[in-house]
Amino acid sequence: MSVDKTPLLEVARLSMRFGGVLAVDDVSFTAYAHDITAIIGPNGAGKTTVFNCLTGFYRPSGGKLVFHRDGRAIPLQHLAGYRIARIAGIARTFQNVRLFAGMTVLENLIVAQHARLTRASLYNFGGLIGLPSYRRAEKSAVETARYWLDLLGLTARADDNAGNLPYGQQRRLEIARAMCTDPTLLCVDEPAAGLNPHESHELARLLVTIRDRHELGVLLIEHDMSVVMGISDHIVVLNYGKKIADGSAAEVRRDPAVIAAYLGEDEEEMA
Amino acid sequence: MTAQDWAGRIKGAALAGLVAFALAVPLVGIDTNVDDATGHGFTTRFSWVVIAVASVFAGKLALGFVPHFHWAAPQGLRRRTTLKAGRGVFLIGLAAAVFALALPMLPFSSRYLVDLATTVLIYIMLGWGLNIVVGLAGLLNLGYAAFYAVGAYSFALVAQDWGLSFWLALPIAGLLAALFGILLGLPVLRLRGDYLAIVTLGFGEIVRIVLINWGSVTGGPNGIDGIPRPSFFGMPFVRNPPEGITSFSQFFHLDFDPGQRIVFLYYVILLLALLTNLFSLRLRRLPVGLAWEALRDDEIACRALGINPTSVKLSAFAISAMLGGIAGAFFATRQGFISPESFGFQESATVLAIVVLGGLGSQLGVVLAAVVLVTLPEFGREFDQFRMLLFGAAMVAIMLWRPRGLLSARAPSIRLGAGDPA
Repeated sequence: MSVDKTPLLEVARLSMRFGGVLAVDDVSFTAYAHDITAIIGPNGAGKTTVFNCLTGFYRPSGGKLVFHRDGRAIPLQHLAGYRIARIAGIARTFQNVRLFAGMTVLENLIVAQHARLTRASLYNFGGLIGLPSYRRAEKSAVETARYWLDLLGLTARADDNAGNLPYGQQRRLEIARAMCTDPTLLCVDEPAAGLNPHESHELARLLVTIRDRHELGVLLIEHDMSVVMGISDHIVVLNYGKKIADGSAAEVRRDPAVIAAYLGEDEEEMA
Repeated sequence: MTAQDWAGRIKGAALAGLVAFALAVPLVGIDTNVDDATGHGFTTRFSWVVIAVASVFAGKLALGFVPHFHWAAPQGLRRRTTLKAGRGVFLIGLAAAVFALALPMLPFSSRYLVDLATTVLIYIMLGWGLNIVVGLAGLLNLGYAAFYAVGAYSFALVAQDWGLSFWLALPIAGLLAALFGILLGLPVLRLRGDYLAIVTLGFGEIVRIVLINWGSVTGGPNGIDGIPRPSFFGMPFVRNPPEGITSFSQFFHLDFDPGQRIVFLYYVILLLALLTNLFSLRLRRLPVGLAWEALRDDEIACRALGINPTSVKLSAFAISAMLGGIAGAFFATRQGFISPESFGFQESATVLAIVVLGGLGSQLGVVLAAVVLVTLPEFGREFDQFRMLLFGAAMVAIMLWRPRGLLSARAPSIRLGAGDPA
């Protein structure tokens, strides 16, 4: 648990409407820096829609998304999709893994450092004539990639095509790729989906390690309650697009509305 | 061999014969001609139909006796293509470059051969240019000849009207083509795949039709004549240079030979092609090149990583168009005459075929495919009217045996092992 409670992301009265469907209805919550904030809820509750609003894939129908970075308040809802990653430093993974399957594992991690490398290469022109400063930047990009490969145990597969990795490794690689953008907030969408209990446990530990070492906020969508309850500092529960609970793991677990909507009466399932 | 086997084979062969019959009746069975009395008429050639159907039937039946015959590459062959090819490809490329440098001096070399090699090199350069958009960025472009045309026409106009020399007019032609690349890129940013193919096809036609109809600038269907030929540092390749100008042969105290210009043009395009190759190999390793490939694999993931898809796509269109434009400028100065006919869809299709047959994204594959596609029709000349049939059969064969192109192995732009490119 972190001691300082600086707000990192403030979601205020967020709504997202698709035609007649209100996928996210007046949701407000705050994610704090250095916290792992989980968003849970039944299928179709609007969790991924919140993510998509946050990372610029959807433009919210209403409400505000304010991101705090270096003492600046950045209104996310006005930023173009790709600029959210650059300016706010929000990185994400996807529910169905989206790797660059035709490129190698290492290349996936180098592509993630695009913004930094583009600047170092003087918008590619310096790189074209082989400036030494670009070569240094490239080398340090490889070092960054190697750090993540070592941490995630993917070093041996660095030169293999990302699409040829087993599913669990692809999931980890996607997290590594997001981390290579050097984010302040990491958004992971169902990272434990399709993993066995052992792998889920490893993944939960990995998320904690990343948070501790890199001092960033983590926003987590997950159905696996053993992961969510084990590592979350703060849980937001959605149902039919509305927030029905917000608090620590212990608080949420006791909340009657949450039990009715999602967790079920059976206590053992959540253990 | 059981009776059942036989029945199945005969049934299959009969089916193939039936298809051949349906195709052969209208295609070879009826020959239209001009009749003096009625104005038009036709004769029938049903004996040809019988020959066609019989040969297909017999051929299909015979195929049944080839053990383990498949209409595709055997497994082993396919697996080999995915092997890491890094250093080997580099050595083959180097050997090809050395061979290309030495070609005009080799004993079997002739004026015809050097001229043919020049054509091959133009297509190699076009292939490498198109490869950036199609092979790396994964954006299908069916109108590449438009940029080729823009380069050729702007070179012709700039060189003729402003009197600029080849080396000065060349970058202008390249830049104008790049501008057209951005012009095409802007409206199609949201499109992919089939839709993009249709729009680029339309763009290619628009450019061609503008060239035909804008007579006051482009000379219309007559094209532009008398485009300045390149000179060797200001020394023209002519027998009798104008007063005060030394020709190439005079300066080097050689006898005048029209072949000198052919060899010079060959070295110019070889230089341009080699520069193009170095340029695109280098770009592939730079952030923009990696972003092209990433965009091909997953545009949504690119956006999540802070990559601006608009600028990445436009840069691919612009650079690809620029290379096509430079090739076009060379084409204009080599021919001395250009007309819209040279920049039709046929041209776009040939270049695209070179890229696809070579193996999307493979530099060496483009060379191989360009050599095959340009020289095959030449070798087939003695077959006269069956030339295109042979050509088509070769294309089908390549696609059956190498469905992902002649060289489909993709070399990583960077490796962890060495930290150096392969």
